[in-house]
Amino acid sequence: MDSSKLLGITTFIYLFSSAIYLVMFIFRTKKIGMLATVVTIIGLLVQTAGIGMRWVESYQMGIGHAPLSNMYESLVFFSWSIVLLYLIVEFIYKNKVIGAFAVPFAFASMAYASLSPEFSSAITPLVPALQSNWLIAHVFTCFIGYAAFAVACGTGIMYLIKSRDTGDSPGSLLATLPSLKVIDDITHKIILFGFIWLSAGIISGAVWANSAWGTYWSWDPKETWSLITWFIYASALHARFTRGWGGKRIAWIAIFGFLAVIFTYYGVNFLLSGLHSYGAS
Amino acid sequence: MKKSKNSFWEFFASVKLALFCFFTLAFASIAGTIIPQNETAGFYIQKFGETTAEIFRLLNIPDMYHAWWFLALLSLFSINLIVCSIDRLPTVWKMVVMDNLATKVDRLEKMSPRMRYGSTQTKSGVVTKVEEILKGAGWKPKQGEREGGTLLFAQKTPWVRFGVYIVHLSILVIFGGAIIGSLFGENGSVMAREKSIISNYFDRNTSERVPLDFEIRVDDFTLSYYDTGAPKEFRSDLTVIEGGKEILQKSIVVNDPLDYKGYTFYQASYQANDTFWITIQNQNTGAREVFLARPGVEMKWQAAGITLGIINLLQPDQLGRYRLKIWFSDGKGEPSVFWLDGKTLVSVERPDTTYAFKSEQVFSTGLQVSKDPGVWPVYIGCIMMLFGLVVAFFLSHKRIWVYIYEETGKTKLLVAGSSNKNKPNFENMFNALVEKLEDNETLQLSKE
Repeated sequence: MDSSKLLGITTFIYLFSSAIYLVMFIFRTKKIGMLATVVTIIGLLVQTAGIGMRWVESYQMGIGHAPLSNMYESLVFFSWSIVLLYLIVEFIYKNKVIGAFAVPFAFASMAYASLSPEFSSAITPLVPALQSNWLIAHVFTCFIGYAAFAVACGTGIMYLIKSRDTGDSPGSLLATLPSLKVIDDITHKIILFGFIWLSAGIISGAVWANSAWGTYWSWDPKETWSLITWFIYASALHARFTRGWGGKRIAWIAIFGFLAVIFTYYGVNFLLSGLHSYGAS
Repeated sequence: MKKSKNSFWEFFASVKLALFCFFTLAFASIAGTIIPQNETAGFYIQKFGETTAEIFRLLNIPDMYHAWWFLALLSLFSINLIVCSIDRLPTVWKMVVMDNLATKVDRLEKMSPRMRYGSTQTKSGVVTKVEEILKGAGWKPKQGEREGGTLLFAQKTPWVRFGVYIVHLSILVIFGGAIIGSLFGENGSVMAREKSIISNYFDRNTSERVPLDFEIRVDDFTLSYYDTGAPKEFRSDLTVIEGGKEILQKSIVVNDPLDYKGYTFYQASYQANDTFWITIQNQNTGAREVFLARPGVEMKWQAAGITLGIINLLQPDQLGRYRLKIWFSDGKGEPSVFWLDGKTLVSVERPDTTYAFKSEQVFSTGLQVSKDPGVWPVYIGCIMMLFGLVVAFFLSHKRIWVYIYEETGKTKLLVAGSSNKNKPNFENMFNALVEKLEDNETLQLSKE
């Protein structure tokens, strides 16, 4: 059993778990909720083992480094962070329906990593620019933030769906969703959480840039886009704290913010040139 | 602050302005990532046409992040941060230092969460016991007399109300660091051949030569590859020399620069030159000579009567392996012509003796030079920001009041609490606390 097999299995487990969460939501079969959680936890464990083995394998190849060095590895880690974060949210809020809106992101990330011909899943040695302890700190902080914004996007979508609920049929599909107030609160809290990690990600990137290139900020497109994303969420927080923004508006910001995250993470590498170009391989 | 509260002041203190700054900065930044920065004038004319290029030039779009209007936006943002913080701080300050023992009882009666109890015990006995229970739960209650009863008050982390202002201040500190950096910082680069000495560098903006008050000798540059052909390491061995003395030696790689006297030297680039060190050693006599050789240029080792030259060069492949064809004569017999493969040692038999040949390509190392006294303020600002964000988002100012009074000969208790955020969490904590009061056998509380 090697890491690529484990990660391949993970993709299928997440597909399966997304399906169970969706079935649970659409057919209002609460009974299978426990199954969904168990399957997701198994998926997370298999994926953790896969990431761990990939790390070990890189050492066996004599090019040891944390499995966070290219697009493939970052997609795997992105998916891992989403599932971990989602399970924590599920545990805190005791609500499994959110899974139908969060776990599919993790599956999509894994599926894209494994199926896309652009990304090689081969373990490759680190180029000199990435040979730094800051690699782990930087990627870890950024992706915990990205994962939080993915989950917030999921709950934002959930909010918009729920807000169409007229409330007259208690047995309806939307009645199984948490109340608008609760969804709004979850989205807000996850954005707060993500914002701290995004800030930490930008800061760790700045410190790293300063130790590698002699400048902590160079308006490289990746840096700039991370700042744009930061501005989007900062404006959401200010609008909420001082003007009481909530509900649909925050839900839309959660969705737009996540689009900015996707562009920062993915779009910049392919559409704009800059110092982060090694992230494109 | 009252008298300065005019509309002008309010504009600069407003969240509206903050949101305006966020959006304009974000949109301008998007433009800056789409329009390539710092290209030549010709590039913009070719890509966008002459009119657009002229508009770009007027608005300084090619170096947008340093354009006057972008800096003006950043200044507006800073003023907004300062004014809004000054505007709100006094109120927050009052909340932090306020005497909560002066809280009116009818305000406590409206608070949520709150609980009312009656007790069969004497008032003074209840006060002592409640105080003890509060202390046991980690609170530090203060006591005051109020409207005929006794008020106990305790709070946790009132200062967290400053959290958001710590974040605001952190941004200003970071900007301050950036300003210090742009005023007093230096940045440039230098390209130096192995064995040469660096005593100045070239400024990034002006391209002028800037002298250093010390010297750096480039002892060696090594380029290594993985088996796949991908570069593994760029390493420069440097020696700092000051006043003719060697002060320190350090090998720098991409993520590990050399720091000396406020300057930092980064491994930035390299250049493989078409020159080679060729070492020749006479195996009989041990005599040795090193030549700096260039293809097609004849060299002589007068003392040994030797003439040699590189007559062909096969350029380095992906792994840096090159080949040199050497023409060599020591004046005895036919000249030798042979290949030197990279760094491998080659022995050449001559009528009188054997010569050992070794070659090494001469590299130049490209160093980025920077001196930024603003880095530490920026880092301090970053730490402040993370600390401030955690405080502002996740810590709350929690307050508990217990008002104990007598009514128609019976002791009554009013327990009230408030938290500036995360109310559900606070309610759980409040409930746990009142449960402790209810379960206490000496107090003998009954709900009212």
